[in-house]
Amino acid sequence: MVPTDLRYTKDHEWVRVAGDVATIGITKFAADQLGDIVFVELPGVGMALEQFATFGVVESVKAVSDLFAPVSGTVTETNDALASQPELVNSDPYGAGWMLKVRIADPAQVDTLLDAAGYDALIAEG
Amino acid sequence: MTEPLTEVLQSGHVTPLIERHRALGARLVEFGGWLMPLQYSGILDEHRAVRERAGLFDLSHMGELFVEGPEAGAVLAYALVTNPPALVIGRAHYSMICDADGGILDDLIVYRLGEERFLVVANAGNAQLVSDTLAERIAGYRAVLDDRSLATALCAVQGPRSSEILAPLTDVALASLRYYAIAEGHVAGIPALVARTGYTGEDGFEVFVETGRGEALWDALLAAGQPFEIVPVGLGARDTLRLEAGMPLYGNELDRTTNPFEAGLGWVVKLDKPGDFVGRAALERVAREGVARRLVGLVVKGRGIARHSYPVYVGERRTGIVTSGTRSPTLGDPIAMAYVAPGDAEPGTIVEVGIRDQRVAAEVVSLPFYRRSR
Repeated sequence: MVPTDLRYTKDHEWVRVAGDVATIGITKFAADQLGDIVFVELPGVGMALEQFATFGVVESVKAVSDLFAPVSGTVTETNDALASQPELVNSDPYGAGWMLKVRIADPAQVDTLLDAAGYDALIAEG
Repeated sequence: MTEPLTEVLQSGHVTPLIERHRALGARLVEFGGWLMPLQYSGILDEHRAVRERAGLFDLSHMGELFVEGPEAGAVLAYALVTNPPALVIGRAHYSMICDADGGILDDLIVYRLGEERFLVVANAGNAQLVSDTLAERIAGYRAVLDDRSLATALCAVQGPRSSEILAPLTDVALASLRYYAIAEGHVAGIPALVARTGYTGEDGFEVFVETGRGEALWDALLAAGQPFEIVPVGLGARDTLRLEAGMPLYGNELDRTTNPFEAGLGWVVKLDKPGDFVGRAALERVAREGVARRLVGLVVKGRGIARHSYPVYVGERRTGIVTSGTRSPTLGDPIAMAYVAPGDAEPGTIVEVGIRDQRVAAEVVSLPFYRRSR
């Protein structure tokens, strides 16, 4: 079972909502599928994200994958630790491997995301 | 996140060791028409194991083409760019098979097994083409081609502990088996060809057996390697290992539109050998007139990883294209190979790689990126 306090996209990003701030990362399933992550490219603070548009890139040894914003909003903080320790996304995807925080533009968008049960069902399908 | 890596196989072959890989929890991938292991514990872990200790590879997808007969050497000298008749029995060399225009059909290793017997090892994805091409070029020569690709399992042990792992299992005298040499004997009681060759930049061995004995060979090598913490290694780490070692991969650095000189492999082409060979006129012209581009190593200096097909610039001028790239597990830096204009190929030249919407500085360096200490 994936963490129940998060919401999820079909593209394997997670979001943790606290007030009007959303913390965003990728799921353990995604990190495992990608394999050893060696590079994370994130937008700068102040950038505007649009729900389901690409906001960055995660690279494993073998592959490059786009990251998609779970919600629209403005970037308030990025996880600088990932510049030197991208492997945190593999080792602690829901904790130290978080990617960015955004000020949520439209709280109603959160309700359009999958809950833990829905995401579990998605990854169980393979 | 876009589509994660998944198990895809539209058509083709499955390694005879597939059940072993499934039992080890491997992630599988289609490569060169074969379902093969991509990774087990993880590419970085497997890569480090080969650099520091030892790794076990299933290479059963490779093509094994035996050429035999009084003119076996002569036909290979005609069909390939090297001169196999010059090989001493029991030795091997790196070679290529080209088209008449000098374009590379495949890169190969040629082993001389006897006075009139050679083994040509081809890449999986080209094995059928090489087999068909040799079958055409053999016409009129007193030699026969025996394509044993599907009848052969191939396992490799690579890494500094390789000879300690293999020695107790084999009657082949490994101490006197030199780099790029091959001997017939047994491994774990199984009739085998044992070659001191590889694609990792480390010492190591490649062991050819009949397909039906592949699992027994794999099990014996894995068991013998346990005291040395051997790990099974998939194609993912095989790619990062060969890239650090500056070795080309067909489909990336080499293809029908590249010639050996551009790839920095002009030394492979024996223009001074007697007789004609396929591609001679075209390759002599390249040797005389020079190349239009050169394969170089790049170390990326900024943030980002240069990947296959990314453009390379000098100022506003597009000078070439990246053929392979990753973050080097051993060095920590992003490394790549790229074709650039000859004038931009000198080590020390600063170029820029177009990584998505940014230009990132990179320095041209000499290959290989990694050389083992001996």
